[in-house]
Amino acid sequence: MQLNKKKFLLLLLTICSLCLYLFIDIKPGTFDYAMKLRLPKVAGVILAAVCLSAGTLIFQTLVNNRILTPCILGLTPLYVLTQTVIIFFWGSTSLLVVNKTANFLLTIVIMLMCSMFLYRILFERQSQNILLLLLIGTVLGSLFSSFNQTLQRIIDPNEFMVLQNKLFASLTNINAEILFLGAILLFSVIIWCYKDLKYLDVISMGKEQAISLGVNYKQKVKKFMLAVTILISLATAMIGPVTFLGFLVVNVTHEIIKTYKHKYLIIASVLIGCITILLGQTLVENVFHFNATLTSLITFTGGSYFIYMVMRENNA
Amino acid sequence: MNRLIVSIIIIMLSIASVFVGVVGIELDAILRGDSHALLILFVSRLPRLTAVLITGIALSVAGLIMQQLARNKYVSPQTGATIFSAQLGFIIAMVYFNEAGKKMEIGLAFLFAMIGTTIFMIMVQRTKFKNVIYIPLIGMMLGNVISAVTEFISYRYNIVQNLKDWSAGNFSLILKGNYETLYICLPLVIIAFIYANYFNIAGMGDDFAKNLGVNYKLVLYSGLGIVSLLTAGVVVTVGSIPFVGLIVPNLVSILKGDRMKMTLIDTALLGAMFLIVCDIVGRLIIFPYELPIGLTVGVVGSGIFLLMIWRREVKRAA
Amino acid sequence: MLKSKRLSKKYGKKTVVKEVDFHIPHGKITSLIGPNGAGKSTVLNMIARLIERESGDIMFKEKDVLEWNSTELAKNLSILKQSNSLYLKLTIKELVEFGRFPYSKGNLTAEDREKVDIAIEYMELDDIKDRYLDELSGGQRQRAYIAMVIAQDTEYLMLDEPLNNIDIKHSKNMMRLIRKLCNELHKTVILVMHDLNFASCYSDYIIAFKDGKILKAGNAEEVMTREVLEEIYELPVAIHNIEGRNICVYY
Repeated sequence: MQLNKKKFLLLLLTICSLCLYLFIDIKPGTFDYAMKLRLPKVAGVILAAVCLSAGTLIFQTLVNNRILTPCILGLTPLYVLTQTVIIFFWGSTSLLVVNKTANFLLTIVIMLMCSMFLYRILFERQSQNILLLLLIGTVLGSLFSSFNQTLQRIIDPNEFMVLQNKLFASLTNINAEILFLGAILLFSVIIWCYKDLKYLDVISMGKEQAISLGVNYKQKVKKFMLAVTILISLATAMIGPVTFLGFLVVNVTHEIIKTYKHKYLIIASVLIGCITILLGQTLVENVFHFNATLTSLITFTGGSYFIYMVMRENNA
Repeated sequence: MNRLIVSIIIIMLSIASVFVGVVGIELDAILRGDSHALLILFVSRLPRLTAVLITGIALSVAGLIMQQLARNKYVSPQTGATIFSAQLGFIIAMVYFNEAGKKMEIGLAFLFAMIGTTIFMIMVQRTKFKNVIYIPLIGMMLGNVISAVTEFISYRYNIVQNLKDWSAGNFSLILKGNYETLYICLPLVIIAFIYANYFNIAGMGDDFAKNLGVNYKLVLYSGLGIVSLLTAGVVVTVGSIPFVGLIVPNLVSILKGDRMKMTLIDTALLGAMFLIVCDIVGRLIIFPYELPIGLTVGVVGSGIFLLMIWRREVKRAA
Repeated sequence: MLKSKRLSKKYGKKTVVKEVDFHIPHGKITSLIGPNGAGKSTVLNMIARLIERESGDIMFKEKDVLEWNSTELAKNLSILKQSNSLYLKLTIKELVEFGRFPYSKGNLTAEDREKVDIAIEYMELDDIKDRYLDELSGGQRQRAYIAMVIAQDTEYLMLDEPLNNIDIKHSKNMMRLIRKLCNELHKTVILVMHDLNFASCYSDYIIAFKDGKILKAGNAEEVMTREVLEEIYELPVAIHNIEGRNICVYY
């Protein structure tokens, strides 16, 4: 089938970009060292790409829209706030900064708790208006940004440099422990949601159709919203904010794989996500020589694509 | 809402504002002509007061015009990418045209604000998905894209922390001689008042405007020009301040409706009052230090805004 | 088999449906009529669980619709609304296949495929079944959606303003089709209607709403009377019996 062929091609491309990243520019005799440096990064990249791509894909299905992304859930400013507060109050030498695993866990817990609190209020009130939820998310995001700006202005410049590393996506924060924890979390989400993935096909037809076709809409949306939050929080806590990767990846996926079936879409988007982030990181390390961040690169591309999408006549 | 009462409140708050500060100045010292007191008054306190008032007026009027033109109550310089675009222009001026001074800064901030806002308006007009909440969300997305570019530039030139410093709204550094660029806002507000009816009509749509013999495009772009210049003036002089342009026009609209000729003055007054209250609170709360206005407004503004959407949307959906 | 008891709904402080009791006759076409805001669409949406009710019961086959398992209910009861602005790019066939979702959850069996084919054929969409929905005319798209609910194979079918935005010819075809669905496929059809004369000519049973209450329920002759309609719409009407049908003139 054509879809399977495309999937195969994508897999091939993923492997190529993986090899490219792993084996490019290795000086003779440093192979082991380079691998030791690059392999954990690759694992982290793939984990993050899976989370971001699948998270954004599911999110866009829930909101029935290909322009909105989970970045408007307000998770990124919350992440930044968490990091800023830690460094501001406990300093860059505190355990919560030095111990990356502790930092990772704390960040994830805070992001999840805040989101669950918000969902609770909104879903309990019987309001199933997801857009409203997002609007509240962005407002809270703006509020967090106000705090961030204030704290970041008065923070000691040396401490700020430590913070800055956390504010731009990078692969330097990853260690084996985090990878392990992240993988466990990701797999639990996959197991938790796997059986429900088929409902996404119907949910993508809109709320009323979905209910009419026998989907317990409220319950499923709540569940998927939570799953999206976990995925995005996980990716953010792992490599930092990468706002537009998901947007770019999911839209490219829809362009390439023209189907509504999520079992194809999710796999394709995950592969495309890996390709994008691997090639991006290769570019950052080998062409820009770390003068640009992965965040900026992806945001540039994703952002231009975003503007192209919204300027296109009759976007939906 | 009575304009007279609001005006009196503003005057009283203004007087109070003049006397709040680390260095106490007393009324009789000023009346005696004490040179030290007069110096503080004219170099620091009055400029600050003026800046606060003008900023409040400028941002709320900009929000009002945008809401009219986009026909959406959730649109504002903040949710319509204007502020973020102006910041981008500002930082480009700072980095690449370091010597050119305030005129260049405002010019570039205005240019970018205009481009960003225009993209946003085209988005609004082209999107099929007309849900009211959707529009500010794509505006915020656009804002995210633009501020990512800003962050990239600041990262490249290693001025990320300075960027936070410039971009956060702050009145504490306002002194005589560095805030006068804000005066550019006053004639703009007057122009907006004179042509208020046109914005109202353009807000009802292209066809409606044509039917009444109004050149829609001309009014639309003049409106966006005014909004962009107001925002650019504020961003360059005091930094970005969230929520004012979003909530003040909404509060006025709830109380007085949407006839812009009638509500523009109220919006300006309420905007000035809102900002001066936030400013005084921010200066008193951890006296003798002060909270930056961006934070005070962020907290108060997001609270009011959440209440507002709660009232409007949840009740409707319930 | 489908009836309500003291069904109510409020929006904020405004009560739009006030303690309504009705029963829908089995195997017939029932039309809900009434002015805007009378509560008829709200009732329909509450039956379909699209809107949450304030209080009261909606019993379907001796069990409240809220107690039904969502999937099981979707095999017995379907709703079609007019606001079908899909963001998906689907072909007619793919859309109709969705109708089988309650049965197979996306993995179509041979029986599902057969039902899909039958539904497509029934709606005479065979030639264009691989065309995308957004390439179709309004009438074709509507037929595609009906094919979907036929494939869903529910005993009860609810249509919210099926004649909205279509011309007289297509309106007539639509109503004849609904009649056919009722007579040939033995479906119970519930309609929200604005056009009184279409309702009069094609329904077996009419429920007239006003201000959130049922003013009159009965067969077409009983409801299509001057007294009832004048009270509902608050304007003078005349009823003429033409070819055995009560036709209402209100111009």
